[in-house]
Amino acid sequence: MAQAVTRRAVVKRGVFLAGAAVCGLGRLRPIAYAQEKAPIRIGFIADITGTVAQSGRDMLDGFQLYLAEKGSTMAGRPVDLIIEDAAGVPANALTKARKLVEQDQVHILTAPLLASEGYAVRDYIVDRNTPTLFAVCSADDLTQRKRAPVIIRTGWSSSEPSHPFGEWVAGTLKYKRIATIGSDYAFGYEVVGGFQRTFEQRGGQVVQKIWAPLGTPDYSPYVTQIRRDVDAVFAIPVGADAIRFTKTYRQYGLKDKIPLIGGGVLMDESLLRGMDPSDADGTITALMWSAALPTPQAQKFVAAFRARYAKDPSYYAETNYSGAQWIHAAVEHIDGKVEDQQGFLRALRAVQLPNAPRGPMRLDDYQNVVQNVYVRKVDVRDGHAQNTVIYTFHNVSQFWTFPPAAFLAQPVYGRDFPPCRYCA
Amino acid sequence: MWRRANGSSGRWGSRAMGAAVLVALAALPLVSPTYYLHLLTLTFCYGILAMSLDVLVGYTGLSSLGHAAYFGVAGYMVGVLATRYALGFWPAFSLALLAAIIVAGVFGLLAIRATGPYFLIITLALGQIIWGLAYRWVSMTGGDNGLRGIPRPVVGFGLHLAQIQSFYYFALIVTALAAGVMAVLAVSPFGLTLRGIRESGSRMRALGYNVWLHKYLAFVIAGAFSGLGGVLYAYYNQFVSPADVSLVASANALLMVVLGGSGTLWGALIGAALLVFLQNLISGLTQRWLTILGAILVLSVMYAPQGIVGAARVLVARGTAGPASRAAPVPTAEPHA
Repeated sequence: MAQAVTRRAVVKRGVFLAGAAVCGLGRLRPIAYAQEKAPIRIGFIADITGTVAQSGRDMLDGFQLYLAEKGSTMAGRPVDLIIEDAAGVPANALTKARKLVEQDQVHILTAPLLASEGYAVRDYIVDRNTPTLFAVCSADDLTQRKRAPVIIRTGWSSSEPSHPFGEWVAGTLKYKRIATIGSDYAFGYEVVGGFQRTFEQRGGQVVQKIWAPLGTPDYSPYVTQIRRDVDAVFAIPVGADAIRFTKTYRQYGLKDKIPLIGGGVLMDESLLRGMDPSDADGTITALMWSAALPTPQAQKFVAAFRARYAKDPSYYAETNYSGAQWIHAAVEHIDGKVEDQQGFLRALRAVQLPNAPRGPMRLDDYQNVVQNVYVRKVDVRDGHAQNTVIYTFHNVSQFWTFPPAAFLAQPVYGRDFPPCRYCA
Repeated sequence: MWRRANGSSGRWGSRAMGAAVLVALAALPLVSPTYYLHLLTLTFCYGILAMSLDVLVGYTGLSSLGHAAYFGVAGYMVGVLATRYALGFWPAFSLALLAAIIVAGVFGLLAIRATGPYFLIITLALGQIIWGLAYRWVSMTGGDNGLRGIPRPVVGFGLHLAQIQSFYYFALIVTALAAGVMAVLAVSPFGLTLRGIRESGSRMRALGYNVWLHKYLAFVIAGAFSGLGGVLYAYYNQFVSPADVSLVASANALLMVVLGGSGTLWGALIGAALLVFLQNLISGLTQRWLTILGAILVLSVMYAPQGIVGAARVLVARGTAGPASRAAPVPTAEPHA
């Protein structure tokens, strides 16, 4: 009896000491950097656990690849990448943002993945005047009706690829009637909304709009709702939902009868690698990246990424790679003086990357990126699925061909905007 | 918590310790970087939630997996009233608390008929109703995007709470008051009846107590305090989202109570502090922080099932008791603070 008690007491003491040590260790990190040149601190709010862990992982991999290629140095100063996990929860993203800005005193922040997380941190970063790079978070309004000087969006806005794609589908594929199915939150609304707007402008009709909650475990009830008298289905489920949706779409026999098109994220490489190739084959989507982009700078990046991580780079990886490239260009421009916040922001706004892996990148007056949009079709070669580029749109901005003032006068794309005029 | 021979216990001892902790917390902003003030404020918000859950779990013996619902109802109420209707602090606070009480009142009618695992399931389901509303009633709650832009309150006499230092003191005062009221409740005749019901509902019924009414009142009171935590949280975070009323949020609250020690109000506060600090400090050190958190929880369930406060009490009792008294302590009906 006495033996057991002592052992248990030792373990308890051990757990207590371990806990205390862990709390104490957190203070050690700043001491390690009392060297010659003070490091540039970049705060990276990652989502490497939780519902979007796969994509969040890609984000971090892309960013770290660029840093590794440059020896973690910018303008002669070492780069300290401080990674915090928000796990896809907006409240956590806000807490981590606070920590990175107030505790670690980072010079620049990178935004988390989800639109909800982006909105959660927006007010805080504006309040603290912290330059923040939005490489993936694509909530339209962050560079439109809720824009701010500290938001540097090098990634995209959700509706940016949808506008040209809507015109292309109406003009080239000549589809007339389309049903849409998307994840029931801001991102889904904006991707579908942008598509519907230009598609209907060109004479098309969206006759059905279905919304499924993010994280739907079973798409059968939604797939069976889809009208059979349409020319195509435009789909934008997000994350693991895309894999489940495409499987159900084929299982219910729709894949052979009704062509599947959608937002680029549906066939993003991070999900394509988890999909059955026959579920994905032939799907046409639009995005500003494809791992099969035949340009030299794209292929160089793809080869480097494959060599380091043994997987195809998704747009999550590319946007963070070119995002890191963007930050580097700005830092070089101001000779590494990132402490001058206003100067750093001006440099960030002025960067132009003509040779990023995805193609040329520059910012518009609202600090959102202007870039190419690629129409891609999934091709399966030797059991490996890839997004073959079949058309390129150049110089696409978040407003497409609409005058910004008129665009902003309308409400942001929502569940009921644009309204479904042709729905039965 | 030093025992005296006549058993009149360490009420003064624990009061002195409580006072010392309060003084330490009050002095903290003078020396600490602001990040820890943020973490402590978060601890206070969740601490009130956890303490309110402890009233249900520890004192009445009803484990609920939907307690974050009232936290969220009050939080969203504050959010909507403060952003869309620009209501001041006192009206928004009162209406939010009222909303939490009403929801707890309605849900209590449905839940109290059940016991044990059935109570767990029905509270889970009721919590999910609130989550569903938060997620889908987009025009009111902002849906998945959440409600942002909640302004920090101005609490009478022109006291702005925009800076974390001032909000920290506000949160400390609110938490101390809430803890004080709940502690008084725990040692009141009502609290003692609850503990009797926790031990054996049928015996209390045989003694003539209205068990259903006591349980229902405990549920509503717990819901009210949970709402108080929600109000504090909404004003602190300036942002509310469906994640704050999700199953994970409710489970976290239960975890805080169990980790700290159920049946002891301070345990809930300590559990909240532990979870908040562990989650935020460990995640900065390693990407495997979830594993570490899980391991700590498993170890504490195995070796400290009474929670931290329970284990501390055992340690103290063993330390102060002489070598002669190795016998198990005689259980008393005396209330401990």
